[in-house]
Amino acid sequence: MSGPEDVELVSVTKKYGDVTAVDAISLKVAAGQYCCFLGPSGCGKTSTLRMIAGHESISDGDVLIGHRRVSDTPPARRGTAMMFQSYALFPHLDIAENVAFSLKMQGVGRVERRRRAAELLELVSMTDFAERKPAQLSGGQQQRVALARALMMRPSVLLLDEPLSALDPFLRIRMRGELRRIQRELGISFIHVTHSQEEAMALSDLAVVMKDGHIVQSGRPREIFNRPATAFVARFMGGHNVLREGGRLITLRADALELSRATADGRPAKVREVEYRGQQVMVSLSTEAGEEMSALLPERRFYDAPFTPGEAVSVAWRAEDVHELSAEV
Amino acid sequence: MSKALHTHEMRRPARRILSLSRRAARPRTGHAPASALWQAVPMALVFLTFFVVPLAVTVMVSFWEFTQYSIEPAFTFRNYMDVFDGCLSALPDLCTTLATYLSTLKFAFLVWLCTLLVGFTVAYFLAFHVRTLPVQVAFFLLCTIPFWTSVVIRMIAWIPLLGRNGLVNGALIEMGAIDEPLEWLLYSDFTVVLALTHLYVLFMVVPIFNSMMRIDRALVEAAVDSGARGWQVLTNVVVPLSRPGILIGSIFVITIVMGDFLTVGIMGGQQIASIGKSIQTQIQYLQFPIAAANAVVLLLGVLLAISLLLRLVDIRREL
Repeated sequence: MSGPEDVELVSVTKKYGDVTAVDAISLKVAAGQYCCFLGPSGCGKTSTLRMIAGHESISDGDVLIGHRRVSDTPPARRGTAMMFQSYALFPHLDIAENVAFSLKMQGVGRVERRRRAAELLELVSMTDFAERKPAQLSGGQQQRVALARALMMRPSVLLLDEPLSALDPFLRIRMRGELRRIQRELGISFIHVTHSQEEAMALSDLAVVMKDGHIVQSGRPREIFNRPATAFVARFMGGHNVLREGGRLITLRADALELSRATADGRPAKVREVEYRGQQVMVSLSTEAGEEMSALLPERRFYDAPFTPGEAVSVAWRAEDVHELSAEV
Repeated sequence: MSKALHTHEMRRPARRILSLSRRAARPRTGHAPASALWQAVPMALVFLTFFVVPLAVTVMVSFWEFTQYSIEPAFTFRNYMDVFDGCLSALPDLCTTLATYLSTLKFAFLVWLCTLLVGFTVAYFLAFHVRTLPVQVAFFLLCTIPFWTSVVIRMIAWIPLLGRNGLVNGALIEMGAIDEPLEWLLYSDFTVVLALTHLYVLFMVVPIFNSMMRIDRALVEAAVDSGARGWQVLTNVVVPLSRPGILIGSIFVITIVMGDFLTVGIMGGQQIASIGKSIQTQIQYLQFPIAAANAVVLLLGVLLAISLLLRLVDIRREL
């Protein structure tokens, strides 16, 4: 079962007592895709992942993996493997035995186990650590081991529960690249839960934005970023201004706004705050109508004629940059 | 004999305080600051008064001489020789002392095994199958209810149950399972092991439960995810990670049972020998030096057993 396989959710529901954590969601993740579940905490993304893994019972609906209905199949026989948020390495076993745990459960002998573990440790560049205990490893190293252990199952789908959230920002970006590389090399599907839109945009072929147990929008990250379906998606992805214009809700990318001195035509506004961000400068504005907006300007252009807080400006944009949102928030 | 008990019940908290203060101080200075040492003084005083001094006196008296009517300060090994009197010449047969030790060790082993099996099962149930904290607390209290009554009453309560005309024999005869009452139900090795297990199983439950509660539940899921079946999760994850608790519980049970004479006496119908019993008899005859020598030998034996157990797990690291 090591070949890539489709994952399909058919109106999957999770109820905890009276609370509905996941409300009849349907989704298809094609074989070999990198899929990110994205959303604020409590949106049901982790519950969904755990239902795919088999660590959470499904209240209603079905999970299909490669056209097999797996809703009642034990986790290890679904063709999935999970990487846990806390890594969940066995503290009493050394790294090689951690990686080879699934082989031990199958009754594979010690020598063969360690040989196969060495292969996977090589893949995650952890060969030198085979004899160590998990407590002697840094967070990033533990994560590589957790990844190797999950891959030992030869899954057709790898499930990752906020795998990067415990790492510091530099390491996070490096591991991100590595996850993508390994996913490409193995060609299997990855389903990755995250609350960081940046992570989802960097990694995924298919991003799935969730809110309150529903899928709000799914698609390629670029499509979601440029054509958010609702105001929630626009705000969650960031870099958007959600405005009301003539009875309709529109969104404008912050980097599509043009600022000029008050003389020009456009929407009059006042500069509230200027935030330096390296390549860009973010200018926070309030319009005369009381709306809050922000504009991202290229650093060089901003400093050609810098604005200061309190200054009156006019905000303009091109008609084709306006994207209309559906009515629901 | 109660020295053996005191050794471990009192040393552990004292050691823990010392090691904690040392650990806290290490990053700053490398030496324990004076204030930390002062904080250890009250415990050290308790420890000194109730453990070090009595133990020192016992060791001292074990070297004294005694006659029918007097005890004289001296330094003689005669008491120790008397404890093992005739043991060398009697070989390969066991002399009374060695036979008594063997019997005590046998009970210690059997009770350890029984408390371990029962204690592990109860702790496992409480830690992994009871999901909510209030229910866990309620069940835990339920476990402690027998401890609200005294040891003697808990032992005597077995007699109407197990006696010749007791409930168990009565029920078995009624059911037609046996014709004659079972004699070995009361005043036998079986009864002693049963009573000791009943009395001390909680000493096993508590530390094992404590260890189990620290096991990250994600580890169990990770094992299941890797294809472990129920019993494989148990043997590969739960048991190894419960080892500190198992060890601490084992130390409690073994030290208590090694020094016990009351339970072996009552439940064995005063027919079964134990080291504790022989020490008690010697004290009754005012043969303090030989009783002290016997206690020191017992203490060394228990210490040996504990040090072997400690080889298996570094308790200081696990606590």
